[in-house]
Amino acid sequence: MKQQIIVSGIGGQGVLFLTRVIAQAAVDLGLPVLTAETHGMAQRGGTVLSTIKVGPFASPLIRAGQADVGLLLWDANLPVHRPLLKADGRLFINADQAGDGERVDASGAARELGNPVLSNLVLLGLALKRQALFCTVEDCERAIRALAPAKFLEQNLAAFRKGMEA
Amino acid sequence: MKKPTEVQLLMGNEAIGRGLIEAGCQIATAYPGTPSTEILQAVIDRRSEAVEALHVEWSVNEKIAFEVALAASYTGKRAATVMKQVGLNVAADPFMRTAYLGVKGGMVTIVADDPGPHSSQNEQDTRLFCLQARVPVLDPASPAEAKELIPAAFDLSEKYEVTVVLRPTTRICHSRQNVELAEPLVLERRADFQKDPTRWAATPAFLPALHKKLNAKLEQIAAEPALQPRFTAGDGSRPRTALVASGIVYGHLVDLLEELGLAGSVDLFQVIMPYPLNPEFSERLRVDYDRLLVLEETYPVIELQLAHPGARGKQNSAVPREGELTPDVLHQALAAFLELPQPGEPPAERRGQRPSLCPGCPHRAAFFSIKQCFPKGIFPSDIGCYTLGMNLGAVNTVHCMGACISQGAGFYQAYAQNGEVPTIVVTIGDSTFFHAGIPALINAVIQQARIIVVILDNATTAMTGGQPVPHLGIAAGGGQTRAVAIEPLVRACGVDFLEVCDPYDQPRFSELLRRADDFTRSAEGGVAVLISRHGCLMDRQVAKGQERFLVKVNAACIGCRRCVDQFECPALLMDEQAGKALVNQDRCVGCGTCIASCPVDAITKEKRS
Repeated sequence: MKQQIIVSGIGGQGVLFLTRVIAQAAVDLGLPVLTAETHGMAQRGGTVLSTIKVGPFASPLIRAGQADVGLLLWDANLPVHRPLLKADGRLFINADQAGDGERVDASGAARELGNPVLSNLVLLGLALKRQALFCTVEDCERAIRALAPAKFLEQNLAAFRKGMEA
Repeated sequence: MKKPTEVQLLMGNEAIGRGLIEAGCQIATAYPGTPSTEILQAVIDRRSEAVEALHVEWSVNEKIAFEVALAASYTGKRAATVMKQVGLNVAADPFMRTAYLGVKGGMVTIVADDPGPHSSQNEQDTRLFCLQARVPVLDPASPAEAKELIPAAFDLSEKYEVTVVLRPTTRICHSRQNVELAEPLVLERRADFQKDPTRWAATPAFLPALHKKLNAKLEQIAAEPALQPRFTAGDGSRPRTALVASGIVYGHLVDLLEELGLAGSVDLFQVIMPYPLNPEFSERLRVDYDRLLVLEETYPVIELQLAHPGARGKQNSAVPREGELTPDVLHQALAAFLELPQPGEPPAERRGQRPSLCPGCPHRAAFFSIKQCFPKGIFPSDIGCYTLGMNLGAVNTVHCMGACISQGAGFYQAYAQNGEVPTIVVTIGDSTFFHAGIPALINAVIQQARIIVVILDNATTAMTGGQPVPHLGIAAGGGQTRAVAIEPLVRACGVDFLEVCDPYDQPRFSELLRRADDFTRSAEGGVAVLISRHGCLMDRQVAKGQERFLVKVNAACIGCRRCVDQFECPALLMDEQAGKALVNQDRCVGCGTCIASCPVDAITKEKRS
């Protein structure tokens, strides 16, 4: 099993949390995993990118045209990060307007749950429903349970399920 | 029965922090800086996993962090100090001398480099610094390897009584990997400082002998078997050709060879210890290979030491001499060296949305007032979140920690010679003020500079994620300690004009700025200090504790873009079709500080129901 995934967004959207959930699902399955994240200055509201490589890899970075799956929380990042994706790569985008890839108004759905940051898990739910990732719904739920703060766990799971109903 | 090995998903920095605990480190010090920050944070978070007593501290700067750990090592305990590459410049003085005098208990200096650079003033290579200082340095290729090298570094440090540097880079620090944990070592060491003035107080008379001893040690260290380059043989199809790589670039190379179907086809060396490089290794490469490709970040440290006639690398531009060696960049260099088809031009680099100060950031309100009051002012600033004041046109220079006050004074001296006195407004964060601002403030005062210094006090080290600052009275890990207030320090530096104001109160803040300017121009004037005090909104307590208004743009908006361009809050957008500004309610924190930026009162705030 080898899969390369990008998670793209802007600082404050929960890109790092989404990255950790997916990587934790891999660890729980006993799969080797490497991620690379954006920290520091760039995190301050600017475009951020995480890469996740599941399987026997040595480097956390993804070459142009090699990503199997793209999860985009900020649709304006599409021209910036699309070149990382394979020609037949799967693309899931948080957007309220029509366009490339499979789209869902994740921010809208998250807002209904009372917290726009939950758009990250709504988008993850959609990708799971479409069976685009190496792991199952149960694997992701287990990772969310392990990583979400107890106080927000139910809200997190609700967002994830909302994405699966989208 | 042996416990089953626990595997955790760890960020490189967390792996290093856990590695320090596993190796029996008892004193860990740091000044935060991206990409190194989470290392000490991990030690703090995992303190309960330590079996020995453990002191951790956020020191006020890197020089002090280094010196505290160094003295602890003199007592025989294991110590570590953590910083980023430019932090090593601050600690350079004790670091260089420590090479000669050495250590007792193991001392590991962890210096995180930032090729790219993603969040730094430059791309300097700590390995080259180590070559100049004559300090052994280890170059891990993954988070797991970074952790593995910590006990090795302590062992090496104790065997030869030298500090050893571990040099992770951004892509190690901020990568996550499944990492196996090991049981922490039980060392049971008691502090026991053996006085030896010929060493610990060495005057110039002793230094040639210490230098000679160091050189002898380095020869032995270079030959340490466990730290020799790791060799993966090729299939012989590319005779007398080899690839030499270190750090994360080695990881990129392994994946790239696999993806190109070239794994195992060419001789490959991973260099673990770039300095001191074993001369026998250099000799082997010289005898066995006609062509080498040397791949390393950031400077040609291995390449310089090899001095191989057939080496291709940074010195002959076969490998780019600046920026990160990402897999795409590496692909081009490898294809040229192995005469493979060149990949297409990589897509033009696009940066996407630029970073900006957070919605509600008190610095934005302060910068906006400064710019409004002194449109023609000169604005030296410094390293931290507030560097992003550039976006508002309120930051003209950024150099290195603490430089802004000295630069402000320098601008003053230069203009004063012309008989002109422009308004010079220096901005510096609270953590940076403690780090390197105080000596600069003393200097500006005694040299009679006439400048305004605005200390942007948001009660935290914000850019690196909120480490405590000395005026809070909070130690690393949350315990209470003495608080050292800013105001008496400023007064003790000889400053006669000192005011404190919340920058959200824009009329009052502007009035104080103008009074400060009047003071700098008065007969008895000098340095004026205004403390801009409002907590960082990343601190949830601050965000909760302030009133949250409903901020809207009404029909009066004339689409002048002033709020979007000059106030530059990420929550304010232009609706290009309607030609009017709008508020993104998902991002707005309801502070209402943007209202002052609108010339036609089109931004309003209401109490939330």
